Amino acid sequence: MSTDPPLKELALHNITVRFGGLTALDDVSLRVAPGRIVGVIGPNGAGKTTLFNVICGFVNPTSGSLTLDGQPWRPRPHHLNRLGIARTLQGVGQFAGMTVLENVMVGARNRHAEREALTALERCGVARYAGAHPGALPYAIRKRIELARALVAKPRILMLDEPAGGLDSDEIRWLGTLIKEVGTTVLLVEHHMDLVMSVCDEILVLDFGKSIALGTPGEISENPRVTEAYLGAPA
Amino acid sequence: MTDMQQKASASTVPETGLNVPKRRRRPHPALVIVAGGILVVALTYVLPPFRNYQLATMGAYFCVTAGLTVLTGLNGQLSLGHGALMATGAYTLALTQNRWVNLPLSFAVAVLVTTAAGAVIGLAAARLRGPYLAGLTLAVAIVVPSVTSTFDETFNSDQGLSVILNPPPETIPMERWQAWLCWGAALVVVLLLALLIRGRFGRDLRAVRDDETAAKLAGINIARTQVLAFVVSAVCAGVAGALFAVLAQSVSPGAFPLTLSLFLVMAIVIGGLGSLFGALWGAVLLVLLPTLAQSVGEQTGSQQLEGNLALVVFGVVLVVVMLAAPGGLASIPSRISRLIRRNR
Repeated sequence: MSTDPPLKELALHNITVRFGGLTALDDVSLRVAPGRIVGVIGPNGAGKTTLFNVICGFVNPTSGSLTLDGQPWRPRPHHLNRLGIARTLQGVGQFAGMTVLENVMVGARNRHAEREALTALERCGVARYAGAHPGALPYAIRKRIELARALVAKPRILMLDEPAGGLDSDEIRWLGTLIKEVGTTVLLVEHHMDLVMSVCDEILVLDFGKSIALGTPGEISENPRVTEAYLGAPA
Repeated sequence: MTDMQQKASASTVPETGLNVPKRRRRPHPALVIVAGGILVVALTYVLPPFRNYQLATMGAYFCVTAGLTVLTGLNGQLSLGHGALMATGAYTLALTQNRWVNLPLSFAVAVLVTTAAGAVIGLAAARLRGPYLAGLTLAVAIVVPSVTSTFDETFNSDQGLSVILNPPPETIPMERWQAWLCWGAALVVVLLLALLIRGRFGRDLRAVRDDETAAKLAGINIARTQVLAFVVSAVCAGVAGALFAVLAQSVSPGAFPLTLSLFLVMAIVIGGLGSLFGALWGAVLLVLLPTLAQSVGEQTGSQQLEGNLALVVFGVVLVVVMLAAPGGLASIPSRISRLIRRNR
């Protein structure tokens, strides 16, 4: 993975997002150091995807700010690719009317799009499907194609929104290896705890929009507030 | 897990048993265009004058259907107002030609004016989706012809304008010259479109059509892509309108009714949405079906029906083609080759 220009540091400062009367994120702060793999976990509705949407500029925070490499930053979705930030979507989000190769080429914004797209597809083990249309392929293959489209832009920050959804245990193991090998900053929203615990350097736990814990996988697994958020308060 | 094991697991992708199509290499558009040009020139020497006039009309229609299929088929923007953009090109050519009698200059001005019109409508269209976009373009189709009545000193109201043209060289019959002019313009327009859509711009158009959120994340500026698509399509319509002005040697609002815009959309759907070959089929149908309807009307003696028969015929053909080949006429060869492969 490209290291020139250098990896970027992303930080969220006291981000609050309200949708009418619902507070989706409540005063959440996070610093993603260059090259780190940071997991964002929490029960359904905790605000994980909203956090991603704030970073991508799909949702404007009600209050709080973002910085990129220490500079104030107002993200806009179509600028992310140019800034070296790639994101996969929870529901696969592919272009049904295009072949797999074309799908990945869309993510490559340079002259060698076809060559780079094929390389990315090979890296994700799905180059043989280059001429197929994604709608005809199984979900797990489409997940890999989505990953290839994110990787083709050689991102310096890779945002993965539930990449293990629909994958079997072998594929999840493959995904974990890929995330570790990718050599870039990774933000990972995931429900599959084994994957999160095995690949992440740091984990942020959200519950009802609040940040309830931030630490290494070891610290998070022993944190009683996290257990309570997932399993409920002891009777 | 060792490195070797990790690498092995990375390449483990389940066999799906699917028959994955191979990537197809298509001939360069320039080769197809040159072949098309040779065919058209050859046809103009064997066809009688009226058929050459019909051939010329097909060329003019091909410009607008090619642009419209890129906008609607590849970018997902439905326009019911392309007849109005044709009128814009036609009136601009007439006004410029009557002042300076310089055909290349008149075409250039027609292209510039329709570019501006396309940009204005495209800017509004980029903010609208689905039925709202169709409503906006429908309003354009209704409003633009009525402008000729409002500014009747310039546009001469319903009477329209005659177009002053220099006669073609004496050795070339008028209809053959018209066919060359229209097909020359059509082939240049289609070649430019084909080159445009086979690269990144084409991928961007289709990405925006299929999933705007994913397209944004891939770095595509949605609004800019949509406006550009509208401008490109408007220019094609403007060229087509200008060609019609030359063909008829006059322009009037009656030549660009709302039904023309509807016919254009039906033609690209029957031909095959998003395909330039489909646009060619659409252009052929736009010339042949009204002629067929007219002859049916004459044979049945139903003079009152004659005006609406073309719409009926188009509707019937649309239903039949959609039932038999949902991808339009352009998809028939690939459907047949798929059937043959399956039966082997």
